[in-house]
Amino acid sequence: MTTTREAARASTRGYDDLRRLMSLMTGDEKHDAAATSTLDVLWVLYDRVLDVTPETTTDPCRDRFYLSKGHGPMAYYAVLAAKGFLPEEWLAGWATYDSPLGQHPDRVLVPGAEISSGSLGHGLPLAVGTALGLRAQGLGSRVVVLVGDAELDEGSNAEAIQLAGALALANLTVVVVDNASTSYHRPRTIAPRFAHEGWHTAVVDGRDHVALETALSRRVPGRPTVVVAEVEEKR
Amino acid sequence: MRDPRETFAVTAARLVDEDLSVALVYAEISGQYFREVERRHPDRVVNVGIREQLLVNVGAGFALSGMRPVVHTFSSFLVERAFEQVKLGFGHQDVGGVLVGSGGSVDISRGGRTHQSPGDVALVDTLPGWTVHVPGHADEVERSVELAVAGDGRDYVRVVAQQNARAFPVAPGRFHVVRRGEGATVVAVGPMLDPVLAAVEGLDVTVLYANVVRPFDATTLRAVLASPEVVLVEPYLAGTSSRLVADALSDVPHRLLGLGIGTDERRRYGTPEQHLAAHGLDAAGLRRAVAGFLSPTRASA
Repeated sequence: MTTTREAARASTRGYDDLRRLMSLMTGDEKHDAAATSTLDVLWVLYDRVLDVTPETTTDPCRDRFYLSKGHGPMAYYAVLAAKGFLPEEWLAGWATYDSPLGQHPDRVLVPGAEISSGSLGHGLPLAVGTALGLRAQGLGSRVVVLVGDAELDEGSNAEAIQLAGALALANLTVVVVDNASTSYHRPRTIAPRFAHEGWHTAVVDGRDHVALETALSRRVPGRPTVVVAEVEEKR
Repeated sequence: MRDPRETFAVTAARLVDEDLSVALVYAEISGQYFREVERRHPDRVVNVGIREQLLVNVGAGFALSGMRPVVHTFSSFLVERAFEQVKLGFGHQDVGGVLVGSGGSVDISRGGRTHQSPGDVALVDTLPGWTVHVPGHADEVERSVELAVAGDGRDYVRVVAQQNARAFPVAPGRFHVVRRGEGATVVAVGPMLDPVLAAVEGLDVTVLYANVVRPFDATTLRAVLASPEVVLVEPYLAGTSSRLVADALSDVPHRLLGLGIGTDERRRYGTPEQHLAAHGLDAAGLRRAVAGFLSPTRASA
């Protein structure tokens, strides 16, 4: 866990530090769009939307963030480090045998990581269960899940999208980072798929912090929300 | 005698009534038993529809929120179809839960291979930390479900229709000594006890009874061992627990016979009894196998 001193130092870090933090893992000065496709969504969530801090990671009332798309987690680790959940010193040795930071995050090892991911199509079904659990316990907190557009290929997501709509899980938000990476890409089909199952939908520029904050902060009574965050195509 | 599956359902409903932290998640199957408890507790009793991948991960998601999930459908869909969800949703997330599978190996004999799950325990056995309950009586079903829900670990409860005349206490990690003899030791798992007792009548063997098979009670096995010969009789894939017997007796030259359901696909319907007989798990088949094992020369003559 982080020390108070580290947390204080972390609190001075901002969005402009994220690429430097990512460089500690990648060794690259510049990152292509694929490596940073989730970066702005993650930053806006932790900086402006989610009610969770390094001090409240076990508070039952905290907001939950589930990184379902566990691939390419450098941006996630950079944001967690910037926000003081984990020490910056951990970043350099990532994915080595003794590092708690793997190429897919492990909730048992990473402070602040709510789920272990990597195999696609698990985060959203888990989030449906957690949203039901929070609702059953009368807790007002919410669950936000990040999936990739290609991750929606996995049929398990279809099961979850249908049930969340049917059970009116208003405390559930899915953010789809859409870089058109699915092999059978059909433009503008993601939001309608969710809308068909009764979800509130929003499509925003995945690099526009104000638009992301507005869409991700909104909760609609009686309906789960999907925010499709469009970023540069992965080609 | 009570029906084991209905006993599970009644027990689960009672536990949901009694404990606000218990959630029951199911996928249509057994819904006929859950109507009333679902009406009383719609937030904690959830039918996910015909969606088994979702079923298991919704249970795990409940656990991540701090609740104790009971997750139920037929074993074939719970463990075999949704195996990765069992592996990642519970074990890899490091949360607890109670999986209750019904149907087992032969309950749905007329349904064919799609509804038969002889491989469930072997699959769960590839994962660390699961307690595996194989109750052989409705009273044991009730006790296993109560114990599992009261705990915080990962429990798989295998509920099948076949039962023994007598119920034993449920104590994970402890096998029961049913009778002592000077010869071989026969370990009967769950509903295999009554056919085993009929099969070994007149033979000078020890019979152990296991209604919780993981953890495997190596201590009792070693303590009662007379001659170094062991026969395992399991109501799922033959040999599922053989490696645990081998581990328990790694310093003892011994012989081992693992009986259970075979891996070959029979493509037969009919009754559970016919299927058990076809796999040699009725009293007559077990008698032949045990006698042959204990007198190899005579059997081959």
